[in-house]
Amino acid sequence: MLALIIIAAVVVLLIIFVIGIYNALIRLRNQVDNSWSQIDVQLKRRHDLIPNLVETAKGYMKHERGTFEAITKARSQAMGAKTVTEASKAEGALGEALSKFMLIVENYPDLKANQNFLSVQEELTSTENKISFARQSYNDQVLFFNNKTQMFPSNIIAGMFSFTKRDFFELESATEREVPKVSF
Amino acid sequence: MWELIRANKRNSIVLMSLMAAVLLLLGFIIGLVFFGPDGGFIGLIIATGIWIILTLISFSGGDQILLASSKARPVTHDVHPQLFNVVEEMAISAALPMPKVYIIADPAPNAFATGRKPQTASVAVTAGLLGRLNRDELQGVIAHEMSHILHRDILFVTLAGIMLGSIVLLSQVFLRGMFYSSMTGSRRRYSAGGRGGGQAQLIMLIIAIAAAILAPIMAYLLYFALSRRREYLADAGAARLTRYPEGLAGALEKIANDKSPQLATANKVTAPMYIVNPFKKKGKRMKLSDLSSTHPPISERIKILRNMTHGASFKDYSDSYSKITHTKTVVPSAALTKEDIALRKAPAEAKKKQRLEKQLHQVGDIMRRVNGFIFLTCLCGLKLKVPPNFKGNKVKCPRCKRILDLPPSKPKT
Repeated sequence: MLALIIIAAVVVLLIIFVIGIYNALIRLRNQVDNSWSQIDVQLKRRHDLIPNLVETAKGYMKHERGTFEAITKARSQAMGAKTVTEASKAEGALGEALSKFMLIVENYPDLKANQNFLSVQEELTSTENKISFARQSYNDQVLFFNNKTQMFPSNIIAGMFSFTKRDFFELESATEREVPKVSF
Repeated sequence: MWELIRANKRNSIVLMSLMAAVLLLLGFIIGLVFFGPDGGFIGLIIATGIWIILTLISFSGGDQILLASSKARPVTHDVHPQLFNVVEEMAISAALPMPKVYIIADPAPNAFATGRKPQTASVAVTAGLLGRLNRDELQGVIAHEMSHILHRDILFVTLAGIMLGSIVLLSQVFLRGMFYSSMTGSRRRYSAGGRGGGQAQLIMLIIAIAAAILAPIMAYLLYFALSRRREYLADAGAARLTRYPEGLAGALEKIANDKSPQLATANKVTAPMYIVNPFKKKGKRMKLSDLSSTHPPISERIKILRNMTHGASFKDYSDSYSKITHTKTVVPSAALTKEDIALRKAPAEAKKKQRLEKQLHQVGDIMRRVNGFIFLTCLCGLKLKVPPNFKGNKVKCPRCKRILDLPPSKPKT
């Protein structure tokens, strides 16, 4: 009788333990997915902002047609990208084109005084920051998740319910690694 | 990060239990004095009762009371897009839901976060802060507040504050009760027993008075220790979230050197919530080892942040902390895992300085915007600031005499 009770208690404890770890895994996986979708949202937002930016700046920067073309081209490539590698390459190119543009803007004091442009610029700066912070937070979440799936004892439960390790969001080129420019 | 939150919880529980022990002991001793040898438990029940009532009050809308008492106003993206964007960035970085954003129309630079759960958290900043800081510095401040939310500091500060309040209340009631009963001469109650008992009673009474005086001091010291420690941890968290400790360091420096009068709406209870102590001491600076202060000295916080040259992880902060203060780390050891977190490079624009008049001008504009002024730009280039109580829907430009239409007024939020 006593043995039975002990066995039952151990089984109940084990089940509670497994449920706890399973829920933790689910929570972490959802956080990973959520961070990933954040990156997506911000990339899309960047695409939406670009026509606005080009439209505002065009009147002031007559001689910079090449820059605008580079941005527009990178944008349409990024929007048309089919695979993840293609997309990350195109987004990288777009980021580079934009940071080049932001450097050129320094030479146009009229444009920098334009209220409309300033607000578009603030939105764009913020979106660039959000992309990099979303990427940072995604990698953090992936680290937590991977740790949980690989460490004992949670790796047993992860194996039982086939939680697989996720990949980090690595950067394509060295220039991409730099901080998004913050301007005032 | 989860390790840190968990370790934080553990430490807070230890501190809170200590405070609870102080509270219960005080209740017990007072009970013994007032109700005789068997009255200790009555005292215990009274102490617990006070604590429960205060907890219930503050849990049913404590953060709203706090926001209202600091005259913080909820704002939308239009009022200050940069602030809104920066809060959003930090929420993404910390993987937290977007908190509500408030602006306090006050020229003193300061900020605080409140809300017991990340889901209901709010961040409030003063207009003075917005006007003076550049984007990176604002980001540092918001990251500090976001770390408070992430580490669940607000919950513990609230709980500890309630405990402190209960202890102070109980000891005040007791001391005053003693004072008045000795005035009216009704001392019979305390010497009800025999002669030997009377002496024991007297000793008990002295112990009780000593306890009533010492308990609040103990509780204050514990509370301040808790609060200071959490400020350091929030700084470490801010560095980790932004990967750019210089942003927060620069912001703290600007706040420390600020000359504007102290925040009008802060009080003793809300002081630990702010990023820097809202009370300014006249003339003298805070001493380094000030036990009775809610915040660590700003100069020290800046030095620690500036000394983080290798990376932005908690380990880097803790190394820098030990080097500057020559003491053991503040960061719980569970969070000191090896993390390889690179610092960001400083953006070139960060070094640009703004003229003071322009900053003050901006502060004024932000305060007007928060207070519902409408901003119009006339065709001649003049900027008009129309007060919210302006009647009618047309206004005349004072320079070129054009008649301008006012946008339809939005309902107040």
